[in-house]
Amino acid sequence: MNLHEFQAKELVRQYGVPTPRGKAVESLEAVEAAAAFLGGNRWVVKAQIHAGGRGKAGGVRVVDSPAALAAAAASLLGQRLVTVQNAPHGQTVSRLLLEETLDIERELYVSLVLDRERERVVAVASGNGGMEIEELARTQPDKILREVCDPLWGLQDFQCRSMGFALGLEGKALAAFGQILRRLYALFKDCDLSLLEVNPLGVTRSGDLVVLDCKINLDDNALYRHKALAQLHDSSQEDEKEAAAHAAGLNYIALNGNIGCMVNGAGLAMATMDLIKLHGGTPANFLDVGGGATAQTVAAAFKIIQSDAHVKAILVNIFGGIMRCDIIAEGLIQAVQEVRVSVPVIVRLEGTHRELGRKMLAESGLSIISASGLTDAAERAVAAAA
Amino acid sequence: MSILVDQETRVLCQGFTGKQGTFHSEQAIAYGTRMVGGVTPGKGGQQHLGLPVFNTVREAVRETQATASVLYVPPAFAADSIMEAADAGVALIVCITEGIPVLDMLNVKAALRANGTRLIGPNCPGIITPEACKIGIMPGSIHRKGRIGIVSRSGTLTYEAVFQTTELGLGQSTCVGIGGDPIKGLDFIDCLELFEQDPQTEAIVLVGEIGGTREEEAADYIRASVSKPVAAYIAGQTAPAGKRMGHAGAIIAAGRGLAVEKIRALEAAGAVVARSPAGIGEAVLEALARRT
Repeated sequence: MNLHEFQAKELVRQYGVPTPRGKAVESLEAVEAAAAFLGGNRWVVKAQIHAGGRGKAGGVRVVDSPAALAAAAASLLGQRLVTVQNAPHGQTVSRLLLEETLDIERELYVSLVLDRERERVVAVASGNGGMEIEELARTQPDKILREVCDPLWGLQDFQCRSMGFALGLEGKALAAFGQILRRLYALFKDCDLSLLEVNPLGVTRSGDLVVLDCKINLDDNALYRHKALAQLHDSSQEDEKEAAAHAAGLNYIALNGNIGCMVNGAGLAMATMDLIKLHGGTPANFLDVGGGATAQTVAAAFKIIQSDAHVKAILVNIFGGIMRCDIIAEGLIQAVQEVRVSVPVIVRLEGTHRELGRKMLAESGLSIISASGLTDAAERAVAAAA
Repeated sequence: MSILVDQETRVLCQGFTGKQGTFHSEQAIAYGTRMVGGVTPGKGGQQHLGLPVFNTVREAVRETQATASVLYVPPAFAADSIMEAADAGVALIVCITEGIPVLDMLNVKAALRANGTRLIGPNCPGIITPEACKIGIMPGSIHRKGRIGIVSRSGTLTYEAVFQTTELGLGQSTCVGIGGDPIKGLDFIDCLELFEQDPQTEAIVLVGEIGGTREEEAADYIRASVSKPVAAYIAGQTAPAGKRMGHAGAIIAAGRGLAVEKIRALEAAGAVVARSPAGIGEAVLEALARRT
């Protein structure tokens, strides 16, 4: 789960990490009040969406008059902002973060990430704040500093000092850098984050450090123990179909093709997409109905696949493990009738009682095509969608 | 021969009296697995499926001499249950549970590294040595005793590989589902090493998917240390970047974890990589033929 920037900043502030003074607003009326609250006559207006690349897409603007502020806010609020990360559809801007401007001398980069190869949390820093870390990793990998955190000891002072010296910090800024990094590490562990990225971390002329932008991802599997954070979930930032699937407890990811897929198991679901592509078609989605594949989940899955207007055929690929094929066939027939599926449904059933399951599908009188194997299923689906 | 489990393996079930634990223990017993008891805190002293239930794993190990334990406990309690089994001296822990917080696994892995316990999973189908020992949720009926070792990150794709090798009459020595989480117990290399040493295993199937670089590391290992033929399949060639494809670990992040890189690495190491999930069996035949 992702947080918005304003939510992430609120969280780091709770851990004593400085950010610019700011206020999140949801309406044009509130913009004026927020500006008055912040004072001054120069502000930053930042569109709140779950995607990076906002700056280049015009989603971050510095304004120096109330009139310019009102104009910037009006041009962003309620609009869809398309960045390199969420193209082509973009995401709706339902909130703006209004912040004071600061006199920044230098911009740094810091993040905490879960390194799956090392099986450790790793602190990453660089002196090239504002630049995407992926880009830096490609062009100047030696400019990236890393410290591996021991799970028992956590991120140590000496590790922060080591990075701070390498970044050329001294005095007050060096001390602040260590303190901030260790507080962010505490936040990372306490809240089960999978990513915490501060880019940039600004250094002011007076040597103060301040979080200018912040991105936080939470581990979905740990949300059960962070009820308050789970409440911050903003489904308006997701694809509508993905949000509906999420609510139904299904794993669904929208793609751009015309063959809907319904599969049990994540690996087989990916493999089914690949298979469609291999036979000249394009998958409309990734969908894992889970091990059970009951009539209920299958019906919910058909509804979501059908809500995609591009879908011209549906490929159902179920490897009946412990669940017998005749029971799965029964569920499929029930679901196709209930949802009134209007496109051809190609079914590949494998496992215990497959012959019986296939016979039931063939005799159902519905527009269900029973395939004899994986390749046959893919060929038939591609032909049906052509 | 086989790897990790055989007819001598004495298996305990944690979360024994729950719905999942009950159902899959029944299946395991019917398959012939040597189930010796189970653990459900608070239900010690009872009998379940004709086997004793214990309050703690320590007690269960003392009374049953269990050498392996399978976990069907909810994600919130799974890390604790793994640690309990490790502390009790269980040599092989198989964790089926999906959805364990990743930072819990990070701590568990660090602790296990210190005491040498083997963990399979989490978020996996388990391990089976056909016609001897089934620990996990895989359908026993599709397996046949035979000569192919299978290691896979995905459950249902393991079944595909099993099904195809069974249809071809090759059968399996042992199949290990290592699970779809980013931080897990045994990995490809651990299983490749065991299969290489196992006389019953004549060829190895490796089923990987997008995310991380363990397949690339496995490819390096194959080149350096595996003499047996290897066939492979990598899922997610059409997966978009930045999206988690069902499994917590299946994500292309920052340009890393692409299927094409894994396929290239494995082919360069001499493995036969199937392009279609329907071609895993044929890839095994080709790998076997190349050797002779």
